[in-house]
Amino acid sequence: MSMANGPDSPRTAVSNPPVQPMASNLGAGDLIRRSATSDLPPPTRQLTPVAKLIDVSKCIGCKACQSACIEWNDTLPAVGENVGVYENPHDLTENMFTLMRFTEWVNPATDSLEWLIRKDGCMHCADPGCLKACPAPGAIVQYSNGIVDFIHENCIGCGYCVKGCPFNIPRISKADHRSYKCTLCSDRVAVGQGPACAKACPTQAIVFGTKEDMKKHAEGRIADLKSRGYSQAGLYDPPGVGGTHVMYVLHHADKPQIYAGLPENPSISPLVQSWKGVTKYVGMAAMSMLAVGSVIHGVFGRANRVSREEEEEAERLVEQGDETPPHDPRERRP
Amino acid sequence: MSSSAAKPPAKPRLVYAQPGDAVEPGKPVTVSRYGPLARLNHWITAGSLILLAVSGLALFTPSLYFLTELFGGGQNTRALHPWIGVVLFVSFFVFFLQLWRANLPEKVDVVWLSKIKDVVGGHEENLPELGKYNAGQKFIFWGMVALILLLIATGVMIWEQYFATYFGIPLRRVAVLVHSIAAVLIICIFILHVYAAIWTRGTLRAMTRGTVTGGWAWRHHRKWLRELAGLRRAETRKTGPAE
Ligand code: HEM
Ligand code: SF4
Ligand code: SF4
Ligand code: SF4
Repeated sequence: MSMANGPDSPRTAVSNPPVQPMASNLGAGDLIRRSATSDLPPPTRQLTPVAKLIDVSKCIGCKACQSACIEWNDTLPAVGENVGVYENPHDLTENMFTLMRFTEWVNPATDSLEWLIRKDGCMHCADPGCLKACPAPGAIVQYSNGIVDFIHENCIGCGYCVKGCPFNIPRISKADHRSYKCTLCSDRVAVGQGPACAKACPTQAIVFGTKEDMKKHAEGRIADLKSRGYSQAGLYDPPGVGGTHVMYVLHHADKPQIYAGLPENPSISPLVQSWKGVTKYVGMAAMSMLAVGSVIHGVFGRANRVSREEEEEAERLVEQGDETPPHDPRERRP
Repeated sequence: MSSSAAKPPAKPRLVYAQPGDAVEPGKPVTVSRYGPLARLNHWITAGSLILLAVSGLALFTPSLYFLTELFGGGQNTRALHPWIGVVLFVSFFVFFLQLWRANLPEKVDVVWLSKIKDVVGGHEENLPELGKYNAGQKFIFWGMVALILLLIATGVMIWEQYFATYFGIPLRRVAVLVHSIAAVLIICIFILHVYAAIWTRGTLRAMTRGTVTGGWAWRHHRKWLRELAGLRRAETRKTGPAE
């Protein structure tokens, strides 16, 4: 099956790749947003939106996804140090795009300990704060299938994406000063494959497909959880960022924060909105008006010149002394 | 106040004159306003402020991103900007130590400000006599002091390469917003400052040669000129006629 006559976006992560080489199905014509670019041409087609669905109730914390991600992206996180917790490494890094976060939570309703495991990583927001904040043209792009991708050769390492992201995801490499995060395996999706992490997951807690299919799949999972006593089970697809292309099924969807601080209602910070909005417009207007005003006044206004008489007054003062002392009580005269 | 009338002429207590300021008789009179080191430092401050404005604006708005080419690309611009900020901070700090006393506000500044129309109209004859700086210059000085402090503080907070881990993301969001607003304000003040220096003819040579003419000092900073003239007479009286 070649991409030319197959579906525009892959429908699953479980199929095996064809053996013959394939052309990339994600190109410049598929961009719907490009950082610091106002004149982006409209996309030449609309790809079917994709999504990764992570069912935390099915995750066993094996970290096969982390290994698959390292393997596929050829990153090499440094060998860590055991500090007595299961997170390994201790945080997302430029070499670790996804991280299992473990929480021991005592459910007040049942008084029983629940071990919550959440696969952290980029959510692929429909309204991405990272892209909004980025000052470098083309360092962050968004495809019409929903994937938000960092184009490292355009990145300048300023860290603005870190401030823009509501999920604390991007990490700046100390080695090459470029920003890194989960790509949603855009390079695999471009050739009809699902993400490496989803493919590796032994319990299929991570599944991949069109966003519509994933929502349907989630419904089934949520119904199952509800039938087993998790009355608050639900889908995490936060509307504050326009929905996301990485979604969670949570057994306690009413309390997302218990899953290692998953934000309850994430949105791009108003500080970032005003930094990237009103500050730019008002700032540019103020600076250019002042500059233009100065030039106009300089060309058409009368300059403030010293007259001949004033030079003579000064000569008299210096040669003959001061006949008219100023009436300043602070001033003492010789 | 006048108790020293009977004593030999004492060195006058200087209110406006700063170390190095002096008058030189001649046609026209020459008045030293800034020594060579002060001028060098002022040029460093001015140069770094311009480089900071250009490199900062390149990141401020996509329409000016092309300015990064001047610094050899986006990565270099990002890396250099904060270091130029450190240069600005150090040179301005030296500048501050030299000038803060002469820029303290006085009663006469209020009078001067109340006649701002005459200031803008160039009707110097309606304005009160002033010391080394007028209220406009003082406003620029203190505005720069406040904004540079704000810019270095917020700039360090958003200096990704070295300080990213010391400040939380919510704080860094505040810092980057404050930094960009402060940058806009300091660029506006800078435009005013340069424009005022050009519009007020005879001012720029204080930055190049370090001196102004007596007429310039008479017109704009007469109390300062009187003080320097008095100082010179006191000195020639002490050493003068014998030589
Ligand atoms: C005083 C020390 C200063 C420091 C340490 C500093 C540091 C920084 C840093 C770290 C950034 C982020 C980009 C980068 O990493 O290069 C930045 C951005 C910026 N800086 Fe500075 N800076 C300083 C002074 C100034 C001054 C004096 C100006 C204005 C003349 C200025 C204007 C800007 C602007 C316009 C931006 C871009 C803000 C935006 O993207 O919205 N900075 N500065
Ligand atoms: S670090 Fe790179 S990706 Fe992030 S905002 Fe800066 S230029 Fe954009
Ligand atoms: S989670 Fe953060 S890094 Fe990922 S798309 Fe959203 S804003 Fe960007
Ligand atoms: S989608 Fe790809 S890049 Fe993202 S976490 Fe999974 S394997 Fe890593």
